[in-house]
Amino acid sequence: MPTTAQPPAANDYGSVVHDLSREVMTAWMTQLQDAARSGAPSAYMMVSGNCVEILRCFDILPVFPEINALQLAIRKKALPYILKAEEIGYASDNCAYVKADIGYTLLEGVGENGLTPRPSLIVCNFVGCNVYIKWFEHCAEMLGVPLVMIDVPFVRQGEAVSTGDLHYVMAQLRGLIAACEELTGRKFDIDRLREIVGYSARAEAGWSRAKDLCKTRPAPFDCYFDSINMMGPINALRGTKEAADFFDAAVAHYEMMAARGLGATDEEQFRVVFEGPPPYPYYRNFRNLFAAWKAVCVQSTYSTVGGTWEFGFRHDPDRPLESIAEQMLLHNLCNRTMQERYRQIRRYVEEWQADALVIHSVKSCRLFSAGQGDMREYFTKELGVPTLMVESDLEDPRYYAEAQMKNRIDAFFESLQYKRLRGSAAEARSVSPEGVSDAVRRGR
Amino acid sequence: MNFSPGPAITSAEEIIRECRALVELLPSQALARARESRPGLRGFGVFPVYAPQEIIHAAGLMPVGLFGAGAKLETTRADSRFQSFICSIARSTLELFLSGDLGRESGFEGAVFSSICDVARNLCSVAGRNAPGVYVEYLHLPQNAATPAAREYTRREFARFRDNLAGRVGRPIDDEAIRRSIALYNRVRELICELYTQRQERPGSIRTADLFAAVLAGTCMMPEDFVPMAEALLASVREHAPVPRDTVNVVLEGAFCEAPPLDLIDAIESAGCQIVEDDLAIGWRIFRKDVPVEGDPVAALADAYLAGSAYTSVRHDSTRPRTRGLLERVEASRADAVILASAKFCEPALFDYVLFRRALDERGVPHLKIEFEEKMWTFERLRNEIETFTESLLFD
Ligand code: SF4
Ligand code: SF4
Repeated sequence: MPTTAQPPAANDYGSVVHDLSREVMTAWMTQLQDAARSGAPSAYMMVSGNCVEILRCFDILPVFPEINALQLAIRKKALPYILKAEEIGYASDNCAYVKADIGYTLLEGVGENGLTPRPSLIVCNFVGCNVYIKWFEHCAEMLGVPLVMIDVPFVRQGEAVSTGDLHYVMAQLRGLIAACEELTGRKFDIDRLREIVGYSARAEAGWSRAKDLCKTRPAPFDCYFDSINMMGPINALRGTKEAADFFDAAVAHYEMMAARGLGATDEEQFRVVFEGPPPYPYYRNFRNLFAAWKAVCVQSTYSTVGGTWEFGFRHDPDRPLESIAEQMLLHNLCNRTMQERYRQIRRYVEEWQADALVIHSVKSCRLFSAGQGDMREYFTKELGVPTLMVESDLEDPRYYAEAQMKNRIDAFFESLQYKRLRGSAAEARSVSPEGVSDAVRRGR
Repeated sequence: MNFSPGPAITSAEEIIRECRALVELLPSQALARARESRPGLRGFGVFPVYAPQEIIHAAGLMPVGLFGAGAKLETTRADSRFQSFICSIARSTLELFLSGDLGRESGFEGAVFSSICDVARNLCSVAGRNAPGVYVEYLHLPQNAATPAAREYTRREFARFRDNLAGRVGRPIDDEAIRRSIALYNRVRELICELYTQRQERPGSIRTADLFAAVLAGTCMMPEDFVPMAEALLASVREHAPVPRDTVNVVLEGAFCEAPPLDLIDAIESAGCQIVEDDLAIGWRIFRKDVPVEGDPVAALADAYLAGSAYTSVRHDSTRPRTRGLLERVEASRADAVILASAKFCEPALFDYVLFRRALDERGVPHLKIEFEEKMWTFERLRNEIETFTESLLFD
């Protein structure tokens, strides 16, 4: 057991992609700030399974209140905004992402005096999360901005998109296009959309390749804690040349690391899969608790809220609108069932050769958390994958208990280490059950 | 007890007693009761808020409302699957699946959930995993009534349900059968609506807890049996001469999913309020007008849902905002105040509270927020709170 919770000295390689990401994201945020003053057209949009390409086609600047909430939390600035929202009636049990953003709006973070532009349109891409609808309804009402709703039917027939669902979403996307035409006074240009979608596909290929590289040992980056460096560009900046270039550079860097045997941590000891969003208010503290055990995340579900591109889906310049609709309907975590999430995690554990699953259960986000106890049951009892479940929140700092968190994490890795010592002898004797990979068996 | 319309009108007390007994039963027990006169009948669970019961009924099944299991069931295994910050109905419903109460052995063919909230959606998937062999359906009800495409979408979604259910029961569900079920449920809704009118226009003619018990009983018996019972109840309520009370007339809003205990409703009314309108079990009386029995019945149901259903906190329609819906409800029932009652941890209700509160404040309508849980059993604190609220309105 390590004597200190300090992380190993960070190697210089880790920061390269972080810096590249910061560069492109800062450029976008500067545009947002400029738009707050100039009134250039902008639109609110949600992250998961979004259709940012359409806004881009009209040069409407996308604004993501979720990213705003995330940044408030990670900079430890969220609480006063949350409290402000609670003052006007939000409950302690409401998603704190919403509360932080609404508090920020009420305290003039949005508009001329703030850093976020007052949007010209509010586009609610309702993909999975029902809270999205409430959130954007509230924004529309408080800001007096028109709301364009895009109702995306939840996946309910396995991997196939029904024609009915596809038509329904496409019709609404056409409605959005009409709203954008009216806002900007410009005609829709499908060739422009093809070009944008082409950039999306290039970024997605990079995303997929980068994640694939985490199959190597050691994994070149942490697919939970470092993946936010890629999540910003893929979800907010998708469809730009800058985002596509960013992924080219990130992939080149990670390939170099993999080729040289360089990992996210010096001596990778444990490979884990993460489920659930991170505790942004205590991001570094939380990360350190895993780093102390040289545990690296090799895949995470949270990173796929925008898209599950690692399984092959790409936007298609030949079918730009259809592929946007398909992405919204099928190829993102949020619009898929719990059982499909179990299958996704199982693939992660097997194909990325993980030793364990860590579930971070957040009170705010019931989309993720409702039923995670059943997930733990499934992975531990039915698949024999060691699973740790810890609770706090992704936005509200009041739910993070460091000492308790540390105890649970330490106890988990201690037992994992113990099992590993004991298990290596037993594994040599065991017979592989059909269909269950080595990685899954290792946990038994 | 025989509910067929006989020469003597069964007294309201007797009917209510029977209804209250019925809602104390678990779904499997309620189904067993129905099977006494219909051997071999199979059940189909309907998780709130709404699903087209007519299609289930036309498949030869008994639609059974799942409003939580209150104090009837101890949640043992489900507690570890759904965390403590999740509403109670999610845990109790999962427990019904885990315990086999909603299983094939108990006579259930399956259950249907819909896109009301993140919890219900995950619950549907988790329940399906834990109840092998039970058909669990998920309906994505439209959340964008403003697009013309919603009509076609909703019709397809209802038709998909019909086809899946038909596949499951192994025989087609024909239009004529659905039309007959629509006519029956039109009558059910009409009777409930009439009972609501009695309560509103002749306060005290029926207590809300009794009315709610009757409506809930209707969700766990065959509609053919409910109709004569409700007719008898209505006749009796009409004859009853209520004693006038000095009360504050309130709309109860927010309890559209997990059912609050009947004692809670009694506590509200004994603390000086007269509930004149509410959204209790609203999914079972969601259409204000009859659903047409001519033409394509599945399309008629879908269209009625899209354009003719009452607002709820889980249905979003920018052409008919819910704040407007609530204000209209207050106005139409000539209520003095609103009690915003949400199930503990119920996000849709808790979010709507913010907008409702704003709208009510703007109109100067007094309101009180309370939270409940299906398992709660002491109501003293709540009664005091409500008393203080009503007194402030009656005497200030
Ligand atoms: S519930 Fe979860 S997905 Fe939905 S807005 Fe909140 S944090 Fe985001
Ligand atoms: S009580 Fe509320 S949160 Fe719970 S399932 Fe019902 S609508 Fe969803």
